[in-house]
Amino acid sequence: MPADTEVPPVVQMRGITIRFPGVLALDHVDLTLRPGEVHSLMGENGAGKSTLIKALTGVYPVDGGTITVTGTDRTFASTADAQAAGISTVYQEVNLCPNLSVGENVMLGHEPRRRGVIDWRATHTEAARHLEALHLDIDTRSPLSRHSIAVQQLVAISRAMVLDSKVLILDEPTSSLDRDEVDQLFGVVRDLRDRGVAILFVSHFLDQVYEISDRITVLRNGALVGEHAVADLPRDALVTKMIGRELHDLESLSRTAHRAVDRSGEPLLSARGIGRRGVLEPADLDVYPGEVVGLAGLLGSGRTELVRLLYGADRADVGHVSVRGERARMTSPRHAIDRRMAFSSEDRRGEGIVADLTVAENIVLGIQAQRGWARPIRRSERDAVVAEYIQALGVRPANPDAIVGNLSGGNQQKVLLARWLATAPELLVLDEPTRGIDVGAKADIQHKVSELSAQGLSVIFISSELEEVLRLAQRIAVLRDRRKIGELDSGQVDLDGLVDYLANAGKGSAA
Amino acid sequence: MTGIASIRELMTRNMRQSGIYIAFVLIIALFAILTDGLLLSPGNISNIVLQYSYILILAIGMVIVIIAGHIDLSVGSVVAFTGAVAATLVIKDGQPWWVGVVAALVVGLLVGAWQGFWVAFVGIPAFIVTLAGMLLFRGATLLVLDNISLSPFPREYGQIASGFQNGLIGGQGFDAFTLVVFGIAVAGYAFSQWRSRQAKLRYQQVVEAFPLFVLKIALTGAVVMWFAYQLATSRGLPNVLIILAVLIIVYGLVTNRTVFGRHVYAIGGNLSAAQLSGVKVKWVNFWIMTNMGFLAGVAGAVYSSRSNGAQPAAGNMFELDAIAACFIGGAAVTGGVGRVSGAMVGGLIMGVMSNGMQLMGIDQSVQQVVKGLVLLLAVAFDVYNKRRASGSR
Repeated sequence: MPADTEVPPVVQMRGITIRFPGVLALDHVDLTLRPGEVHSLMGENGAGKSTLIKALTGVYPVDGGTITVTGTDRTFASTADAQAAGISTVYQEVNLCPNLSVGENVMLGHEPRRRGVIDWRATHTEAARHLEALHLDIDTRSPLSRHSIAVQQLVAISRAMVLDSKVLILDEPTSSLDRDEVDQLFGVVRDLRDRGVAILFVSHFLDQVYEISDRITVLRNGALVGEHAVADLPRDALVTKMIGRELHDLESLSRTAHRAVDRSGEPLLSARGIGRRGVLEPADLDVYPGEVVGLAGLLGSGRTELVRLLYGADRADVGHVSVRGERARMTSPRHAIDRRMAFSSEDRRGEGIVADLTVAENIVLGIQAQRGWARPIRRSERDAVVAEYIQALGVRPANPDAIVGNLSGGNQQKVLLARWLATAPELLVLDEPTRGIDVGAKADIQHKVSELSAQGLSVIFISSELEEVLRLAQRIAVLRDRRKIGELDSGQVDLDGLVDYLANAGKGSAA
Repeated sequence: MTGIASIRELMTRNMRQSGIYIAFVLIIALFAILTDGLLLSPGNISNIVLQYSYILILAIGMVIVIIAGHIDLSVGSVVAFTGAVAATLVIKDGQPWWVGVVAALVVGLLVGAWQGFWVAFVGIPAFIVTLAGMLLFRGATLLVLDNISLSPFPREYGQIASGFQNGLIGGQGFDAFTLVVFGIAVAGYAFSQWRSRQAKLRYQQVVEAFPLFVLKIALTGAVVMWFAYQLATSRGLPNVLIILAVLIIVYGLVTNRTVFGRHVYAIGGNLSAAQLSGVKVKWVNFWIMTNMGFLAGVAGAVYSSRSNGAQPAAGNMFELDAIAACFIGGAAVTGGVGRVSGAMVGGLIMGVMSNGMQLMGIDQSVQQVVKGLVLLLAVAFDVYNKRRASGSR
């Protein structure tokens, strides 16, 4: 039951502002957590959710605003400070020591002692007591690594309760759990809520958010969109708030989606029932020559996971992939590259550019890898390729010897695109190629994708901006909660229709 | 989850720990056969203990360093340096023997604190700090010794490493004292095993069947008492063995029962989790390195006593033997896993191999090749085990 607004809040964050060099990460954001309530924090990537959590847990100092915990103003210099104030966090990647026993993990830092040495019996008894309080029956003497991620997560929650926390932050706790495990976790969460703990829940799974939350705060681009009781916020309203609508100067871009694609022939790529346990439910996908297929879905819906399986970056445990009608073994990116596929990751800094190398070196990395060590690219050839792509994509500065790390995000993205285009692929997979880049670069990239697909390149395009997907793709595969829920023809749907489909289609059967 | 496990289950359940014990027994058996039993002669057994004592002392500190995810390359140089300081005080300045010992320990502590400062508070990886230390303290040794060897020590100093406790309570052709000490040790071992078995039963964990348990204790006891008898009929109880036993017991307790010890495991297992749990990571790291320096000081005193002097090149490559002992003894390359007892067995495996090969007259160069391969295999086994474990989950 949602608690009354009159209950005095445990945590009040007012006007929180955090600046990173060149970026306003949070702009006067408020957040109120009340005891006995599950509060969901929602927003797309880059909305500022994790920054806000890190402000609350003392990881980042705030540049402006106040944090009040049970009526007193606090400044947290470290995570230990926040913990001492009763704020505990359970992270997505479980933050425990797998080499120690369950009981030791629960009591770490608070081991009962007798005559100067650890009293193991008391340690385990007390750990068992904390686990029992959450109705968990786990052998405290077993090593943590022997348990599933789900159980480890529950152990992490028990550990938070040892600290007598008033506020429990659950950051993407369900991202690697299956349905039964989520139910068990939610049972524990409800238990804690009923005992008066304030819970901040972050998840990309809409169904789960609606199942467990009493209240939702929405962030977008570092700013507060609003705080709502769950009952007052239907799903499509939430999705619209998260994605927002921006008036771009991109409207001029013709909707290539209306260009007819010949689907009579054989698909270039055809996936049947491809999936991986705990990552993606089996899904089908066809991509025809010259077609742009958009993948729409919120972050964590399985869109990145799907293309990683197609590309062989992750191994599928069911289903198969055919390229031009021929069964293909995709267990390594090399297999995909050999079949003329190219994959530009969403993690531009982590999996894309090599920040310390120059523009030219970054661009030729792909072709050189294809040719192997024995046949180096001649200097003149290299310069020609690099110059061509710098010009075609409008990389700024147009200097092949510039260090990529010093370029803006948009230009880094162009360099990445150039790397893959230089390998002359037949299928280009672009995962969030326009995230966090400026409008001009965004338009350049969209134009290039549209132009190349008209020349026969097949593209799988992933973006959190649904308008962009609608504009570029002829066909849109919609994913939610790690499941492909359907396909739409982009000529027959507008933004509202897509949002509605994304939020509501097949609901009920999902849970 | 309750029940009685068979031998096979016990062995497969904990291959990493039991594996090295099995390997140890096999290696002893192999060299006993190859050397026609010479390996197990009373004189040779006490020889192995004396010869490898300082490696074992270093391995105690090293395993703690490795569990926390660090490494220490400087211990060989520190052994030389502390020995040199002791020798200068006792041989050159004519100070009493105990001043030399205290000086070695204090210098070791200071060296450890120095390295701990750079590792813990400045945040330089231990690999670099101790690589620098390896050069630095080798150079300091040369400075202290003025590039020449010092010897000999007075008789009392030599007794540290070369002395024996013999005939304290008499005995006919054997040393009764040695047997009594070992008898007490075996009884203590049996009792602690019995208690931990009772505790496991209480928590409904898997234990071995009672006859198997008794057999295990009896077998271990018999082997240990046989070892004791060999010592007793030879020269008695070596002083070094007493020092070593005290260190093993103390550090076994430190790693298993003290908050400091468990925090070492926590840091090695998951640094950020330890930090978020309020573990004082910096101070733990500082004390880990300081402790390593202290034990290098102990080893320095023992080594200089055994070699009856201080040489500029003393302790060369000791760090590698100590590191190898830890990894052969089941410590994980990534940190978080390891035991003092494992490191001791690992060190003894190296010791028995070297000694056995020496007895067989195998060339020094071949010995190195064999030792290198054994280390590589041990770590490969560990990596393979870990991959299998993570794959099945």
